Formats: sequence, C-alpha cells, structure tokens
Amino acid sequence: MISPVQSIATLGGRVRRGITGLGAFMRLTGAILIRSGVALRRPGLVTQQIHFIGNYSLLIIAVSGLFVGFVLGLQGYYTLNRYGSEEALGLLVALSLTRELGPVVTALLFAGRAGTSLTAEIGLMKAGEQIAAMEVMAVDPIRRVLAPRFWGGVIAMPVLAAVFSMVGIIGGWIVGVLLIGIDPGAFWSQMQNGVDVFNDILNGVIKSVVFGIAVTLVALHAGWTAKPTPEGVSRATTRTVVTGSLLVLGLDFVLTALMFSN
Amino acid sequence: MNSQTVSDPLVTFTDVSLGYGDFTVLQGIGLEVRRGQVVAMMGGSGSGKTTLLRAATGQITAQKGSIRVFGQDIAALTGEGLREVRQRMGVLFQQGALFTDLNVFENVAFPLREHTQVSESQIVERVLDKLDAVGLRAAAHLNISEISGGMARRVALARAVVLEPELVLYDEPFAGLDPISLGITAQLIRSLTDRLHCASILITHDVAESFAIADQVYMVGQGKLIASGTPQALSGSQDPYVRQFLNGEPDGPIAFHYPATPAFTKWLGQHTGRP
Repeated sequence: MISPVQSIATLGGRVRRGITGLGAFMRLTGAILIRSGVALRRPGLVTQQIHFIGNYSLLIIAVSGLFVGFVLGLQGYYTLNRYGSEEALGLLVALSLTRELGPVVTALLFAGRAGTSLTAEIGLMKAGEQIAAMEVMAVDPIRRVLAPRFWGGVIAMPVLAAVFSMVGIIGGWIVGVLLIGIDPGAFWSQMQNGVDVFNDILNGVIKSVVFGIAVTLVALHAGWTAKPTPEGVSRATTRTVVTGSLLVLGLDFVLTALMFSN
Repeated sequence: MNSQTVSDPLVTFTDVSLGYGDFTVLQGIGLEVRRGQVVAMMGGSGSGKTTLLRAATGQITAQKGSIRVFGQDIAALTGEGLREVRQRMGVLFQQGALFTDLNVFENVAFPLREHTQVSESQIVERVLDKLDAVGLRAAAHLNISEISGGMARRVALARAVVLEPELVLYDEPFAGLDPISLGITAQLIRSLTDRLHCASILITHDVAESFAIADQVYMVGQGKLIASGTPQALSGSQDPYVRQFLNGEPDGPIAFHYPATPAFTKWLGQHTGRP
C-alpha cells in the first residue's frame, strides 16, 4: 500500500525529472544554434547530411505520397460524387495534401526513417568513443556532428514534404482523371483557382519547417543522451519515434489553430 | 608556451588522486614527462592506467593534487583554453575510436581539416606519408568496417600523430597487433618522439616492447605508484612488486583478484541477505 505522501513524492520526482529533461533539451538546442556558424563556413558538411537524410528518405516519401494520393482520390470521389461535384476533386486532393497530409505524414515518416538513423548514429558514435575522441582532439562534437545534422534535417524536411504533396497530387490525378474519368480541365482549374499560395502552400511549408526542427532536435537529443550500450541506443531510437511523432501531431494542432482560424 | 625551455616537463602530476564518484582508483601519483622522452605507464588490467591518460587529457579531473600539462593547470582550463592545450596533444584510444562514417584517409585527414588551413594537395601528401609510416598507404580508400582490429589501431596511430603534436598519449598501442606490426609500431613511437622532439606516454602492459623503447617507466597497481625508474633500473630491481609484474608470476604482492569495494559489499548483501 502506497501512502499519499509517497505518491505525492513520486509525482513530484517525475515532474522534476520532466522539467530537468526539458531543460537539458533546451540547453542542447541552444548549444546547437550557437554553434551553427559551421553550417555557413563549411556548407559541405550540411549538404552531406541533406544527401544522407533527404536522399535516402526520398523513396519512402514518394511511394507513400503516391498511395496517399490514390486513397484521397478514391475517398474524395465517393464523397463528392454524392453532391455531384466531382470536379472539385483536384481542389480537395491539393488542399488536403498541402495543408495537412503533406507536412504531417512526411514528418511522421521522417521521424521513422531519418530520425531513428540520426539517433542510432550518434548513440553508436558515443558507444565507440568517437565523441570522446573528437573532444580530446579539440573538436567540438556539437559543432562538428550535431549542428550539420540539425541543418540538414531542417532543410531536407520541407523539400521532402513538397515532394510528398506533389506525388500525392499526381496520385489523385491518376485515380480521378485516368481511372475514374473526371474531366482533366476541371480537375486542374479548380485546383488552380482554389489553392492560395500564402494561405495554403506557404502555411504548409511553415508547418513542415517547424516539424523538421522538432523531429531533428528530438532525434539529436535522444542520440546525444543515449546510454552508450546496445540497450541504451535501442531505447533512444524508440524514444525518437514516439516523442517525435507525438510532438508532430501536437504541434500540428497548434499550428492549424493559429493558421486557419479566422 | 614560448617561455618553456626544453628541460621543462610537459606533463606533471603532483600528489594526484583519481577516481570516479566516491571510488578512488589511484592516489598519491607523482610523475613528470619531458620533451624527447618515451614514458611507459605500466600495470595490470584495471590498475588505473587509462584513468591516468583521461586525467592528462582533461576528460576527468583529479580528486586531489594538481595536473599540469604544457605548464598549465588542466583543472583550471575550460572551453577555448582546454581546446588549445588539446590541439597540442595526440591521443591514441584503446579501441581506436575511428570515425565509422569516414574512410581510412578521411579519418587521418580529420585533424588537418579541423585545425589547419592547408591545401588539399598538402593534406593528401601528409596523410599518405603518415599512412605509409604505419604500412597502410594502400588502405587509404577502405572503409573502417573493411579493416581489421590491428589495422584500425595503426590508422588511429597515424591519426594521433598527423598534426605532429608536442605530446602523444598512446593507450595500449600494442594490443591486438601481430609480432611484426608490434615491433614496427614500437620503433615508430621511438623514432617519432626523437624526430619531432615530442613527449610520448605509453599506457601498456607489454613489458618487452615498452622496455625496449622507453626512457622512463612508471608502474602502477593496488591504487598507487608502485615503482618508477629507467627500464634498466627496473629490470635489476629486487622489489617484489616489480619482479612479479615483469616476470608475470601468479603469486606475489599484486593481487589477481579485483578488490572488494563498498558498492560490491552492498550489492552482495542485497543478493544474499547478509551484510
């Protein structure tokens, strides 16, 4: 039987650990930002990471985008057909993708594909004494390892989200126009008239940048604080997916409320 | 330091105690390392040799006493000051600690790219020169996953000395090397020390090779400095500790068993129900 005092103490301990963890996360974020000059001085380090993070995620993003586009095309058609407004399918697909599904699904896939590999890489670098070796070689690992990966992730994420939306629209077009037979002129013209560059596309881009920052920071922090053991690294990669995904969904709600409310 | 003369020690430990948390690994350590010297730190497994190296690089601070490197108190250095001191050192890690995302060439080139502004052609020349010295010039293009443990150790050696540092710390440089590589590596450490007029600290338990190249030997065990002197002096020593270690005898003052700590006693108490 746990006494009330004990449960209050346990709760207090958890809250305190949570706040300490958040503090450590913010401190690491600050340290990465302060040392980000390296991204400008040695752009090669960042492009290498964009290649690693972005290019290797491209296939999974494109394939997922295509299937999400297919499904949107089908589901959108069934609903719009009831009201005789199938021509609006292009608009529905484009708005769903640029405003919501593009940034959110890309960020979730990004956490699973690129986030975990960042966490595991940094965790294993710690386990193999590589981070310690760098420090002893008078090279700041936050500057050399974390900062280029952070900027690589932040730059790669909106590009991947744009690819996702683009491929998704093509998927919607394949289902709507090629398979179901909606008029292609109506499909594209409704989309062109209805999608606003600032309200829809730019807001989607802002979302994807915010998600890119959040997921990359969570992944880097998890790797940086991982215990240098196989178990520690595996826990850290799991933490990246769970925390990263929940953070993306939470941030999406906040951003949507801010962007699309009147 | 420009004001430092040749005879000034590069590394000085004065009555130093080292450990982790409440546990003290070594105490009362006093030693000096000068330019041009190869100094061997010897002792059995778990005797605290690597802890000595970590203290000299500023990775851990002394529980007691002072450690001066290049004339500066390492405990008082932070940030830029510590980085300046570390740039003048080269460290060979026990496990090599090579960067697995870079190939052999880029690993050795890493310190040059980070700390110097030399041209790409000079980097290629200097890196291949160092790889040639460890016999791995033709392995420059290989990934770290493609080379053996012994080769990785030699690549790490090339990386540790590529900046031609004033002080080189080698943590078990002979472990995992075949007899040929071992002899060559030992001679390489000696010749490098003579040519660069730097100081070399060897952490090792390989008696024959280290005695062949060392100017001074410090022997640690049982939490303290057991003996020190030239290899000749120690070879002729009648001290039972020294004799046991050099001859590898099972019985003697050096205990084979890891000493019981308060943490172990507590753990045992929890598992057996006895204090």
